Amino acid sequence: MKTLAAKRRHPAALFVLLLAALLTMGTAYAFASPRTTAAPSTAAAATDEEAGKAIFLANCASCHGVLAQGGQFAPSLAGVGAASVDFQMGTGRMPMVRPGVQAPREPRLFDQQQINQVGAYIASLAPGPAVPSTEYTEGGGDAARGGEIYRVNCAMCHNASGAGGALTRGKYAPSLRGVEGKHIYEAMLTGPQSMPVFKDTNLSPTDKKDVITFLQEVDKGENPGGYALGNIGPVPEGMFAWTFGIGLMILAAIWLGRKAA
Amino acid sequence: MSTRTTDGLRAGDSRSAATSSSSTKAGAIAGWVDDRTGLAKGARYIMSKVFPDHWSFMLGEVAMYSMIITLITGVFLTFWFVPSAGHVEYNGSYIPLKGVQMSEAYASTLHISFDVRGGLLIRQIHHWGALLFVVAIVCHMFRVFFTGAYRKPREINWLIGTMLAMLALIEGFAGYSLPDDLLSGTGLRAAQGFMLTIPVIGSYFVYFLFGGTFPGEAIIPRLYSVHILLLPAIIVGLFAAHLILVMVHKHTQYPGPGRTNENVVGFRLMPVYTAKAGGFFFIVFGIIALISSLFSINSIWNYGPYDPTAVTAGSQPDWYMGFADGALRLMPGWTEVSFGGFTFTYGILLGSLVLLPLVYVLMGAYPFVEQWITGDQREHHLLERPRNADTRTAIGVAAITAYCVLWFAAGNDIIATHLSLSINDITWFFRILFFVGPLLAFWVTKRICLALQRADREKVLHGRETGEIVRTADGRFYERHEPLDEYTRWHLVTGEPPVALALDSGTDHNGVRRPASKSERRRAKWARFFYKDNIPPVTPAELIAAQHDGHGHEAVAEIESGETTSRH
Repeated sequence: MKTLAAKRRHPAALFVLLLAALLTMGTAYAFASPRTTAAPSTAAAATDEEAGKAIFLANCASCHGVLAQGGQFAPSLAGVGAASVDFQMGTGRMPMVRPGVQAPREPRLFDQQQINQVGAYIASLAPGPAVPSTEYTEGGGDAARGGEIYRVNCAMCHNASGAGGALTRGKYAPSLRGVEGKHIYEAMLTGPQSMPVFKDTNLSPTDKKDVITFLQEVDKGENPGGYALGNIGPVPEGMFAWTFGIGLMILAAIWLGRKAA
Repeated sequence: MSTRTTDGLRAGDSRSAATSSSSTKAGAIAGWVDDRTGLAKGARYIMSKVFPDHWSFMLGEVAMYSMIITLITGVFLTFWFVPSAGHVEYNGSYIPLKGVQMSEAYASTLHISFDVRGGLLIRQIHHWGALLFVVAIVCHMFRVFFTGAYRKPREINWLIGTMLAMLALIEGFAGYSLPDDLLSGTGLRAAQGFMLTIPVIGSYFVYFLFGGTFPGEAIIPRLYSVHILLLPAIIVGLFAAHLILVMVHKHTQYPGPGRTNENVVGFRLMPVYTAKAGGFFFIVFGIIALISSLFSINSIWNYGPYDPTAVTAGSQPDWYMGFADGALRLMPGWTEVSFGGFTFTYGILLGSLVLLPLVYVLMGAYPFVEQWITGDQREHHLLERPRNADTRTAIGVAAITAYCVLWFAAGNDIIATHLSLSINDITWFFRILFFVGPLLAFWVTKRICLALQRADREKVLHGRETGEIVRTADGRFYERHEPLDEYTRWHLVTGEPPVALALDSGTDHNGVRRPASKSERRRAKWARFFYKDNIPPVTPAELIAAQHDGHGHEAVAEIESGETTSRH
């Protein structure tokens, strides 16, 4: 104890203490936080619909109701279709990890087969949009045309280069970078959260395919001009000019000012 | 008059027949030129000008060099840029836009970016250079403001500088609007909206400027003329006047040993400053080129061509227009009123067309307002330390705070998405902060300045606190103070004496009460506001007195007791 007391004024003591505190808190949190339970096995179920219902009851019914009729915090799922389920569960937005103004994108909790089963169950409740065929969701369309459609219909919320943008009261249009083509198609089809629906009569499947192709082009992340500073326009550019730009100039000026003539 | 002959007219013209002769070849050429132009005298005057050394004096140079760099790169860009709204189908090498209908302006900008050798680099140098030009102007203005360099005789140069700052902003905005991509078109649309809010003549003015409705075909060529011809000419002209006045006034200097109000201590332009400043140009060019080659700016190909029906999230102007954009974002909606069938959008009018010039008018007016308050008619060639002019420094910081609030408000959507906050909350926070922030900043800055003033006095009179505790034989403890060395002390002692405030006592020399003029009383009130807390630096006389006294308690005690009238 005496050696410890002697070391307590050591310059590193503060950092060691901080590190120890952080480690303790982190470990304690890891043990105390609720762990995600493994999804129940569905092998026993006879059909996809039944298996999907089992998953639904275990993971979704607490908010959406045992008959998917909806509740105080969650909408009815009759008629949303398998496409909606595939989008929401496939991007990890559902089951929602915490209450909030908007379900954020998270690592998904279920594999594709389980999502399909829940989709089959929801689709059996009432007719709704189905999961789109891969013909339209894998890209390979006209990127330039897709860009034009994107700028007129999507850029006002999602930003011209898919970086996302703010909506009112904490809601936001998420970034579209690295999103699977299928999920982009389903989002346009079903209009999740604040997003409007783009029906096939509005944007034809070919239009949607072109938009996906355009976003894939954006995703390639080719920045001919150098590091893109997040591709969100003049704000980071101005910040850069005011920090690194003028900072380097001032450093050079100080260096030159000190140089003996 | 009539008696003057031709010979008489030429009477004063006789010049020495001797021509300059020089042994070196360069000297011979210089002599030849001088014989025909008489430039040597002017050149000698300029070359023997003395400039003081300090890094903060080079901020203006950064602005000057950035301006030269944007001029040079701008000329390169004009070789390929087509200032036309004429429609073409893009067939260049950028695949994601192949076959898209667009204006010639946008197509040629894409051409410069992707198909002209070195074009993208030059474009990026032009844009980064422009951003840094305005940044450097602002930093230069900070230096001039906070050191009081705008005081007599330099008020006119401050005005010219203010005009340059405003023109640089307009010039930048014109350039931002030229490529006709989605972002620049949105900016132009916003500017058109500002003009529409001018009461009565708004819509006529817009028709006049755009040659019809928005966007029309006329605005791009018109902006181009303004951007490459009109504004650069005015800016370069004003800039030349700015530099000539610096030569005429001589450069200001920080106080220090041997530096007085009557001299300039430094090096001559030739050869030292020619080398230093010339070298600094290449450093600035190098830094801008380095940034431009590593960091993308205004990736117009991401935005796509302008289309009046489209807009992108995260539409922001370049940083220097940000404060006006922020003001618009903070303006509440009820500022739009309908009156007798006409709509008056005062919110937009105030946030743009009133605010933009107002900022520069306030800046330009400040030296004259301060002079009126202080009644200081002396010439100042020695700079003030910001801490010694506490009220001015506090006013400056308060103004910067208000500006920054508006500035950050322009990025409210970016703040919302990146910090996961509600944009509505951010807007309300900034609305309140716009009024509270400057007051708080004023108070905090003033307190810090006063504390530093006290600390300086303390240091001069009592020396530096060494941190060594001495215990005397009878058990008393005290901290040993070490006197400052003369060089350090000089900076803390030789301030200019404060202005003799001619405060009206309200009585004439017979002691009879006399009604002071209203404006004089108002002036006195402001002067008290300006000076009342100031703790002036120790004067040499005080220092001598303190050294005789051994401790100098009296001098401090006198000031601490709030004795303000006996100071001068």
